[in-house]
Amino acid sequence: MSIWVDENSKVLIQGITGNQGRFHGTRMIDYETNVVGGVTPGKGGQKLDFSGKEIPVYDSMQEAIKKTGANVSVIYVPARFASSAIIEAANAFQEGGGGLIVCITEGIPILDMVNAVANVEKCPDVRLIGPNCPGIITPRENGGCKVGIMPGFIHAKGRIGIVSKSGTLTYEAVAQTMSVGEGQSTCVGIGGDPVNGTGFIDCLSAFEDDEQTEAVVLIGEIGGTAEEEAAEWASENMSKPIVGFVAGSTAPAGKRMGHAGAIISGGKGTAEEKFAAFEKAGIYVARDPSEIGNVLIKALKEAGIR
Amino acid sequence: MNIHEYQAKAIFSDSGVKVVKGIHCISVEEALQAYDELESDIVAVKSQIHAGGRGKGILYDPITDDLIMEGGVKIAFSREEVKEYATSIIGNKLVTKQTGKDGKIVNNLYIESGCKISHEYYLALLIDRETKSVLIMGSTEGGVDIEEVAENTPEAIHKIWADPLEGLANEDVQMFADLLGLEGQSKNEMFEMVNSLYAMFLDKDCSMIEINPLVRSEEGEIIALDGKVSFDDSADFRHPWRGDLVDLTEEEEVEIRANEYGLSYVKLDGNIGCLVNGAGLAMASMDVIKLYGSEPANFLDIGGGATRESITAAFEIILEDENVEGILVNIFGGIIQCDMVANSVIEASKEVALSVPLVVRFSGTNHIEGMEILNNSDLDVHTANTLAEGAEKIVNLTRRSS
Repeated sequence: MSIWVDENSKVLIQGITGNQGRFHGTRMIDYETNVVGGVTPGKGGQKLDFSGKEIPVYDSMQEAIKKTGANVSVIYVPARFASSAIIEAANAFQEGGGGLIVCITEGIPILDMVNAVANVEKCPDVRLIGPNCPGIITPRENGGCKVGIMPGFIHAKGRIGIVSKSGTLTYEAVAQTMSVGEGQSTCVGIGGDPVNGTGFIDCLSAFEDDEQTEAVVLIGEIGGTAEEEAAEWASENMSKPIVGFVAGSTAPAGKRMGHAGAIISGGKGTAEEKFAAFEKAGIYVARDPSEIGNVLIKALKEAGIR
Repeated sequence: MNIHEYQAKAIFSDSGVKVVKGIHCISVEEALQAYDELESDIVAVKSQIHAGGRGKGILYDPITDDLIMEGGVKIAFSREEVKEYATSIIGNKLVTKQTGKDGKIVNNLYIESGCKISHEYYLALLIDRETKSVLIMGSTEGGVDIEEVAENTPEAIHKIWADPLEGLANEDVQMFADLLGLEGQSKNEMFEMVNSLYAMFLDKDCSMIEINPLVRSEEGEIIALDGKVSFDDSADFRHPWRGDLVDLTEEEEVEIRANEYGLSYVKLDGNIGCLVNGAGLAMASMDVIKLYGSEPANFLDIGGGATRESITAAFEIILEDENVEGILVNIFGGIIQCDMVANSVIEASKEVALSVPLVVRFSGTNHIEGMEILNNSDLDVHTANTLAEGAEKIVNLTRRSS
């Protein structure tokens, strides 16, 4: 088991004919991800060669799902068109039996996301991950299902679930689990935008229910209160140990730190508040990302599973 | 992106939000002309800077730091007073609760007609991350710091949310006006104002609109007496008119320059420069430098599309900061390849004649190749396998050299 994506996932690439779609599509296929097609409006009917595999292009999500039976879509569409791509995918999946949308695109206008998320919420069988995220990956013995831009080779199949707002910091967390001989069940990047789809609690809940996952690493960052809410939820609902880190202890108030959502405003959203919430909820805290591995060992040992 | 009050009010006016008449000025002469033109016995002389707390701010001479005047917003009862206040404001440095101790030079003034105030309210529209919708927040306690109201009398703050698909519900806006204790004409005007502001929020892709105070005049009118508007930068592409509203004196020049290279840079006060890929990892690198006893000099995310050119620009920008005594490069290669970064670092170091200690940590895509390139070069560089090791090394190296 794993969460949301596995070897049975049939993946579509929205924006497959663009540079990003081609570049990352190739790497997804190299990782053994079952990419069944792509969508670019107006460019349907052609077949593209990705690492020797022929990938059909369709004009619409609806058509692509009908022809391929896809249940996952990854969006590499430019920011100004991305929210329409999300809404198109959500409606098409809802009609076609449900699915997962992973939006990688960075810099989508926030009101576009308010609208897109509201549309996704109307589709009960559809989940959105992102935007502005590295995606989701479930490693298997060889390759696995990689839906996004993360480097596949740093992962290995295992029992640690990872959820994070950040891209490269997620890779850091992956490397930390590997450094202590642990692999990953599924790694989810939920993205650093203020308005997004899947949140920490959705991921924690799925990891709690997943048999393969035995512990979780949660990586937050300054801004908003998602970490505090996740901690409170976890203290009541999680039986599996969690290791937590929050980036931005040294970030000044009122300054946006790269990610659209990473800003301390009105004195709220500081790393200290989030660490305190973690500690209160019994989450194992790593103050230094290079310590995640050691803290994870401690958490596993105390749970009697290492 | 933030704009000045006078710019916000022009947009208010176009959007059907009631404001009093005012004129933007950049000199004392213009201020006096504005006073004559407004034909109002009483006018407000308002400093225009991108920071709150202007009324309680203090003006200083930018060179001698001598105190010039208390209060960056003044009520003038005569032409002479307009002259006096305008002279004290223009070109001087205004320090408020939100500017930090360095304050901001005031280059713009807004002369506004007087208004007979019966009550002051607070009104704001913003994105609520929790409900993923636009939140409208109002308070009967206007003209004061809203964070203090939230702390001391949270019951005075009222909130309604707009449904992203259905919009604002009429009954919610009615209830909102009721909760603010408004009746008759004032209630109707508040109803109109909230709807106009919500339409403006969507139309202009705002990230925040704050009016403090919003006032009820003695005649019962509802008027925006202040206006703070921020736009969502991600929506710049559909609002080309925004370019005209940019006040470059309010922006950090170096941050704009960094942006042109696809870099995301924020200057901080420490002595260790950082060059990192990814916003989260960039913040974490700063945090770990602090854990090892030094302070980061900057936040810098080179982004996923970094090139030799942008990495050289990043080195230049980091080294412009005179406080920088050492640099930590922390790359976790994903899309970015560590060997490309290694070659770029060597080239950039030569180009900028690097004279401070440099520590490089590589992980991920092609990190072994990257390390080999560094080790085989004649560059005086220290390498590290983990972020913690890198941070410890650069902190020790800068201590030794200083």
